[in-house]
Amino acid sequence: MEEYLQLILNGVLLGGLYAVVGVGLSMIFGIVKQVNLAHGDLMIVASFLSMVLISTFKFLNLWTVLILVVPIMFVVGFLLQKYIMMRVMDKGMEPPLIVAFGVSIIVQNGLLLLFSPDARSLETPLAIMSIKVTNMLYIPMMYVVDFCVGVVVILLLHYFFKKSFWGWAIRAAADDEQTAQIMGINTNNIYALAMGIAIASAAVAGTLVGATNNFYPHTGPQYLIIAFGVIIIGGVDSMMGSLLGGVILGLAQTLGGKFFGPGYQLLSGYVLLLILLTIRPQGLLSKARRAD
Amino acid sequence: MKSGSILEVSNLSVHYGELLAVEDISFTIEPGQVVSIIGANGAGKSTVLKSISGLCAASSGSIKFLGEDVTTSKPYHTVAEGIAMVPEGRHIFPRLTVRENLLIGSFTPRARKNSDKNIQKIYELFPILGERCDQFGINLSGGEQQMLAIGRALMSEPKLLLCDEISLGLAPVIIKDIYDKVHEIHNEGISIVLVEQDIKRSLKACDWAYVFLEGKVVLQGSPEDLTEDAVQKAYFGT
Repeated sequence: MEEYLQLILNGVLLGGLYAVVGVGLSMIFGIVKQVNLAHGDLMIVASFLSMVLISTFKFLNLWTVLILVVPIMFVVGFLLQKYIMMRVMDKGMEPPLIVAFGVSIIVQNGLLLLFSPDARSLETPLAIMSIKVTNMLYIPMMYVVDFCVGVVVILLLHYFFKKSFWGWAIRAAADDEQTAQIMGINTNNIYALAMGIAIASAAVAGTLVGATNNFYPHTGPQYLIIAFGVIIIGGVDSMMGSLLGGVILGLAQTLGGKFFGPGYQLLSGYVLLLILLTIRPQGLLSKARRAD
Repeated sequence: MKSGSILEVSNLSVHYGELLAVEDISFTIEPGQVVSIIGANGAGKSTVLKSISGLCAASSGSIKFLGEDVTTSKPYHTVAEGIAMVPEGRHIFPRLTVRENLLIGSFTPRARKNSDKNIQKIYELFPILGERCDQFGINLSGGEQQMLAIGRALMSEPKLLLCDEISLGLAPVIIKDIYDKVHEIHNEGISIVLVEQDIKRSLKACDWAYVFLEGKVVLQGSPEDLTEDAVQKAYFGT
């Protein structure tokens, strides 16, 4: 019984991390109608940046490094959209996809040159701590941190889009770009702001991933696939959908690993994803289809 | 430019690719004036409004607003200058509430300062919007959406309001209400351009009318000078 409880807890907590991995990709797909294939790689850039900061400035911990990395990655995302992606946005679906793929390759190889292909991780005391629930049930502290930070990020984004003036402007531009422009909204800047926020959320994910698992210069695409899984299950452009998608994917992986063997862990998640895609292709909490 | 004109459009031509949609059009709008642009589908009426608001690039000619050249201005700049547009088909943001739709109308820094005061004025002008302020735009009726589109445009504190087919698809009783409100807005001192296909209503509401045919002005005058028969002939090019 406790074994299953452990698996369920791990799956749910892992889901919080997956949610924050996917939420930025979901945002950009829903708002800018752009598939950012470099999302996972930019997330790993944040992992490496956190690693460099923690190893250089010994007084920094996981929380202070987050405060530094998130705004830096926000600026990276803003500039990426404003000066690179924006140049090809009006040329159809394919050019932004190809540019994002190019960015992904450049980032991966740049990281490889700078840091070598060796496995890295963030040094934090939280990684070796765990919470004892019963004699047989322990929860890794980093999983709890991942989940809590993931939920906080999702709630902050949800609040930002629902309650703030800039959130409404982003939603207006996502709904109807031309009408947003005649309201006085510079949609190019709004899209850059959205990308900045998306990459800032990826930076949170990158730092948490770095403290939870090993990472390499080529780890990005692996998390990009997880992000796709999260948004396909939860629904595009839905903050709460990302959280639900992350938890379902996390549970499917941990329980699948138990029932079918560790080798089937990832496969179990994606089989569930295919089933959900067949039953409800718009995702469980997609707002776009509900509005129709 | 005529001294004191709020808008001067000179020799404006607009192309959609190879297609010439508007050809060498010139007209002026005086402060506080209501001008109607009448014409059939494809006459170039909406294209002229889109050019004034910056949504459509002019091929040649110039557009001056309060003496400033806005021919190549982006839409978000023309709004800041004082030109607001009520687009054809209303284009309410469906996933924003009535209140959020209105507040987005005050996106420019100047209007944002007065957004609380202005939203109350809009609720006084259209009380139904106040009653339904927390409803999503998509859940409003056509008439309510039209009121919201007009209210949203007014939130930017415009000096010139461009209204594109505001009676389209609405019941006659609602159209009358909407036009009564347009009259009230005009009384506040805002200049208005009405683009319409409905000849009678357009002539009744305006101080000056232009009839467009195939991208050109074929007739113009005050409603007193223009007979319905003459307008109809110009409208159909017969």
